[in-house]
Amino acid sequence: MNWLGPEEWRAVALSLQVSVWATLVSLPLGIFVAYALARWSFPGKQLLNGIVLLPLILPPVVTGYLLLLVMGTQGPVGGLLAEFGIVFAFRWTGAALAAGIMAFPLMVRAIRLSFEAVDAKLEQAGATLGAAPTWVFLTVTLPMSLPGIVAGAILAFAKAMGEFGATITFVSNIPGQTRTIPSAIYAFLQVPGGESSAMKLVLVSVAVAMVALLLSEMIGRRVAARVGGRDA
Amino acid sequence: MLEVSIRHAYPDFTLDARFEAPPGLTALFGRSGSGKTTIVNAVAGLLRPDAGRIVSEDRVLLNTDRGIRLPPHRRRLGYIFQEGRLFPHLTVRQNLHYGAWFASRRTPREDAGKVVELLGIGHLLDRRSGGLSGGEKQRVAIGRALLSAPRLILADEPLAALDEARKSEILPYFERLRDEVAVPILYVSHSASEVARLATTVVAMEAGRIIRRGSAAEVLSDPAILPAGAREAGSVLTATVVAHHADGLTELDAGGVRLFLPRVEQPVGRKLRVRIAAHDVILSRLQPEGLSALNILPGVVEDVRQGQGPGVLVALATPAGRLLVRITRRSAAQLEIGVGQRAYGVVKTVAVAPTDIGVTGS
Repeated sequence: MNWLGPEEWRAVALSLQVSVWATLVSLPLGIFVAYALARWSFPGKQLLNGIVLLPLILPPVVTGYLLLLVMGTQGPVGGLLAEFGIVFAFRWTGAALAAGIMAFPLMVRAIRLSFEAVDAKLEQAGATLGAAPTWVFLTVTLPMSLPGIVAGAILAFAKAMGEFGATITFVSNIPGQTRTIPSAIYAFLQVPGGESSAMKLVLVSVAVAMVALLLSEMIGRRVAARVGGRDA
Repeated sequence: MLEVSIRHAYPDFTLDARFEAPPGLTALFGRSGSGKTTIVNAVAGLLRPDAGRIVSEDRVLLNTDRGIRLPPHRRRLGYIFQEGRLFPHLTVRQNLHYGAWFASRRTPREDAGKVVELLGIGHLLDRRSGGLSGGEKQRVAIGRALLSAPRLILADEPLAALDEARKSEILPYFERLRDEVAVPILYVSHSASEVARLATTVVAMEAGRIIRRGSAAEVLSDPAILPAGAREAGSVLTATVVAHHADGLTELDAGGVRLFLPRVEQPVGRKLRVRIAAHDVILSRLQPEGLSALNILPGVVEDVRQGQGPGVLVALATPAGRLLVRITRRSAAQLEIGVGQRAYGVVKTVAVAPTDIGVTGS
């Protein structure tokens, strides 16, 4: 990777770090929320659904600003967490939080659809065979929704890699801290002679997106064959 | 012993059923929509009836008066579904052992090797369920239910989704289940021939109510009880294999009457159940002579039932048991059929299909 300068390289490494964390940390919560939306009926279900989808519809800048208000060191939640030494504002963790929230609706949608596609009759069969609800979930529902979960995670990762508006609003554009690939491209384009650096990062973005897509196709096909009951 | 008493209201009809299922195979027999599946799902805990009490082998599964309702996974039942419901992401072996993961190690259970052998699925163990045929799937489903160490086996129309050839492939396994496994079976069916072959006890249902309970021979040979309609009417005779003849026929003894059927692959001395469809029997007032039919059962007319259509159902008491005969109203008038008259039931040998012949438990 000699053709990437140290500053560009830092942006790529940071983007990967931010996206991996954003995806991995939000995945369990995403699975839980998707399952609740797919299988349970409870008061406020539509409200929860709306809140989950909101970042998809709101201007990213608005999401970023709301994050700053709530999670900033002066905000109600951010202030509380700061007492325990957990700070999001203007840190890479904040970039991960912003990316995770922006990617959450896509993740939940994909996982929810795959939960809904699992035949509830199979879950009933599991129950009659002695499996308590948690075991039914772990041995039937979860493995059968694996293609959707993998697809949701990869989709979320790709979205996190490209997140710009909420990130730059919430955690600014600090080299090495919060300057992810999109922020770096933006910054390079602001200075004369930055086009070649920007171009390199554009190529990296395209490559990462392509790899993510191919990977999701490949894993998805393999898992779908297994879950579909065919001998792989 | 299973005791069931359930009331459940649907928008269009109310199920109100109370029965006991003794050991062996108890068939819930009736048209679709008569409430059979509701009962089985209530026993399994997949449906919450408005009111009821279900006790299986002294364990209370449901008692709405006392607020007891065991969740399905604690009822210890093996449920064989119509569509098999095998787990597609698991191999056949994993499907078979699924229930054992959750059963207590102390509970006595069937030996896995024996069950695999009984069902003839040894060669499928490493396959996934997606590529199995309908009959293979259903055999694995039976094995999976058996190996979960159940105290009661439920089967909801387990053959309805299969073609005739597959049905005759699976039926013997249910016979063996009934005769070789001590667990009682509650079996839902709308097919008279399945019930005739399998049931120890028949619980006949109509529109959410139980109209009759008794042995298969009693209930199926009662012309007043036709849950599957007059076209499906038929009687069940018990007969013992006497000899296999060189011309491809098997000779049976049914209460002293000789019956000849197309070759039955069962040893001499074996007791069989033979279902004879009412529309396959010819009725004669005189001892028939010069007929090609080999089976002539003498008897006395016990009952004559006339329905809406052109058919008349005649119950003939013969030494072999009660025989149902379906003839036209016109024939009945011409023959002047009446209760108490002597008559002969004539059954063509080839009219009895192999699926109508089953073994019977000791």
